[in-house]
Amino acid sequence: MGTPKLLGATAIEDKLQDGVPETIITLNKAKIKVWVLTGDKQETAVNIAYACNIFHDEMDGIFIVEGKDNETVQQELRDKMKPGCLLESDPINSYLTTKPKIPFRIPEEVPNGTYGLIINGHSLAHALEGNLQLDLLRTACMCKGVICCRMTPLQKAQVVELVKRYKKVVTLAIGDGANDVSMIKAAHIGVGISGQEGMQAMLNSDFAFSQFHHLQRLLFVHGRWSYNRMCKFLSYFFYKNFAFTLVHFWYAFYSGFSAQTVYDTWFITFYNLVYTSLPVLGLSLFDQDVNETWSLRFPELYEPGQHNLYFNKKEFVKCLLHGIYSSLVLFFIPMGAIYNSVRGDGKEISDYQSFSMIVQTSLLCVVTTQIALETTYWTMISHIFTWGSLGFYFCILFFLYSDGLCLMFPNVFQFLGVARNTLNLPQMWLSIALSMILCMLPVVGYQFLKPLFWPVSIIDRIHHCMRHPLPPPIRTKLKHPSSRRSAYAFSHKQGFGALITSGKTLKTKLPKQK
Amino acid sequence: MAMNYNAKDEVDGGPPCAPGGTAKNRRPDNTAFKQQRLPAWQPILTAGTVLPTFFIIGLIFIPIGIGIFVTSNNIREIEIDYTGTEPSSPCNKCLSPNVTSCICTINFTLEQSFEGNVFMYYGLSNFYQNHRRYVKSRDDSQLNGDHGALLNPSKECEPYRRSEDKPIAPCGAIANSMFNDTLELYLVGNDSESTPVPLKKKGIAWWTDKNVKFRNPSGDTPLEERFKDTAKPVNWVKPVYMLDPDQDNNGFINEDFIVWMRTAALPTFRKLYRLIERKSDLHPTLPAGRYYLNITYNYPVHSFDGRKRMILSTISWMGGKNPFLGIAYIAIGSISFLLGVVLLVINHKYRNSSNTADITI
Repeated sequence: MGTPKLLGATAIEDKLQDGVPETIITLNKAKIKVWVLTGDKQETAVNIAYACNIFHDEMDGIFIVEGKDNETVQQELRDKMKPGCLLESDPINSYLTTKPKIPFRIPEEVPNGTYGLIINGHSLAHALEGNLQLDLLRTACMCKGVICCRMTPLQKAQVVELVKRYKKVVTLAIGDGANDVSMIKAAHIGVGISGQEGMQAMLNSDFAFSQFHHLQRLLFVHGRWSYNRMCKFLSYFFYKNFAFTLVHFWYAFYSGFSAQTVYDTWFITFYNLVYTSLPVLGLSLFDQDVNETWSLRFPELYEPGQHNLYFNKKEFVKCLLHGIYSSLVLFFIPMGAIYNSVRGDGKEISDYQSFSMIVQTSLLCVVTTQIALETTYWTMISHIFTWGSLGFYFCILFFLYSDGLCLMFPNVFQFLGVARNTLNLPQMWLSIALSMILCMLPVVGYQFLKPLFWPVSIIDRIHHCMRHPLPPPIRTKLKHPSSRRSAYAFSHKQGFGALITSGKTLKTKLPKQK
Repeated sequence: MAMNYNAKDEVDGGPPCAPGGTAKNRRPDNTAFKQQRLPAWQPILTAGTVLPTFFIIGLIFIPIGIGIFVTSNNIREIEIDYTGTEPSSPCNKCLSPNVTSCICTINFTLEQSFEGNVFMYYGLSNFYQNHRRYVKSRDDSQLNGDHGALLNPSKECEPYRRSEDKPIAPCGAIANSMFNDTLELYLVGNDSESTPVPLKKKGIAWWTDKNVKFRNPSGDTPLEERFKDTAKPVNWVKPVYMLDPDQDNNGFINEDFIVWMRTAALPTFRKLYRLIERKSDLHPTLPAGRYYLNITYNYPVHSFDGRKRMILSTISWMGGKNPFLGIAYIAIGSISFLLGVVLLVINHKYRNSSNTADITI
């Protein structure tokens, strides 16, 4: 028997997908923090982090938490925290002593530099217990990038849940293997990458695609558009229903508070179903504020969604006030036009059915104008839906108020002849025009003044620059890692065995929170 | 070798397909519709569009408002309240309930003559024809001449549905409360001789109401026979088939009845009562002078603080005297113009100070 003879060495390179570093840079520009939760060993994880720009050489410091027991871990975490925060009168410490019932949210703390944190699975098992959780979270949230290596799938889910519970943020977990499934299910948004590792991650996720760099499009194009559309949809829907319903409130003062409706019952039935559903559907499907090229170029556009700027309590109140104002206009202008008044041939104009007809037509014109002002992306379909719905209203009107239908069911369709007798009145069209202008002018004025006095973000300036051609993209210089960093690591360290046998990775039943 | 791995080649995210089989392409179509690249118009509110809009609205609305206001001011109208609640009023004697059919006379003077067609209205105040229970208390099938509904009126008419064990025709609270004062107009000539002013009672209701919506029950027999198993409404003096000897204005198609059945939207309203047609271009329809109004006071309104009045009015293309739209248009036009000026000033001041240069990255 002689000495062993080295025959050779094998190496497996796990290549990064295309576009990963650029994606991470873009995510950072949009103020999205990127944490890496991996089962790989520390060296591999750190090298990958440098390769895809989560860590870079200009960072002020990289902290490594490697303690094997609670005290050491706590000491390491507290030491790292000190440079960036105050420890006296700490809300965390007071929370830990009093344990209030209401859910506690850690406030945002700003570090005094860019730092990175590396923590491995064993230390994490200690750090995820009891009091240390909050220390871990505060330290980690102040770092620009966090690497957790040697993690079990359960720990990945636990880290995500920790962030969800104590911070007012939205979490997205993206992974490609079966060991990422628990993390994907724990996060607010789970994204599975379909690829070499099978279908498990995809089947458990909310979104699935095949390339990591598609995450950019998911967030900055589709996510952003979806947020804008939802907010516009919600505020318009509340507005049109407030304007519709509050007219009855004003009418009550003039109808003896007897709950008499202003509109024809068929109009009430069809209003939300037929007359105003298609335009808002078109708005929700097709509306874009900037097109996809600009969305990807300016990740800063993503910020309003992060801060919930487009639909919150304040916006709802604005919607309500706008609805109240519109309902006042919609009721009092027709009322003034027909009050104690008659037609051009001397006959009746101030009857209930004519008044009803004038108010309902004014209402539809006003809400159609409102959605026309809110739509910023007019495709052919938007035109058809918006103007077509208004035209459809007039067609249905003639049908519902026609002789044939009203004579067949006189007690159900009672508005015989109202369309013919009212639609040729100058008072009707003059009052509709006045209502439309009165409702439209404040909106136009507000939309014009808002970017001047209360600019929300870069978006207001973008709109003016959209007229000009896009400036050429500045190629973001990728910081190539220095030559001593490589994506190779030696597999000479111990594996998971000790961690698993310690029992700290078993899921314990959390006590029921009353 | 992984070195040449190119993700774009892979069309299916799942396990590799068997060689020779067709790869299921899950990539969505690259059409403009599905990729949200439809050609679109993207308007932006700039100063160049908003400010001219304000000015144009101002410039259009103000002349329209002035036109409407002038038209309304040229209409001549006189209102005579004859409720009789003041002790000095000639109709005060009609308020006591024991007088069944009371006739009172009110004198008035027309300062200016009324030209063209003159319309005579009766107006009521504080009368809620738009109350929910009142509005639904009618049976349109019965009013359309349906025989089934004639003898079996709809339940909405309760409690004015049956009386003396017979169905009421026309049923409902609206018909029951029909206005039944009679107004006659007399011109006092220079020699104190009074001439009645000819009042036309047909042509006061909407054409669609008179000819389509309201129909008498069909049949060849006289109208009284067609209504034989019905009772008159409780508060009426005469049954519906005796409203007018003229058969074209009798029964459900009586125009006064039709006008009343078209319920008003607001508690103060006026309804067309009679037409005074123009005589010729040389003589005014109602010359200036003294007149008196003969009222057969049947309709009690003082119990709910209602008021009754008679209105004589000329008409223009805009209808009666209603300055509201004119004033509103002038007001909104001026406000719009002012706002345009204000926005112009604000725009000038703030745009110059804010940065509208290209976005720097």
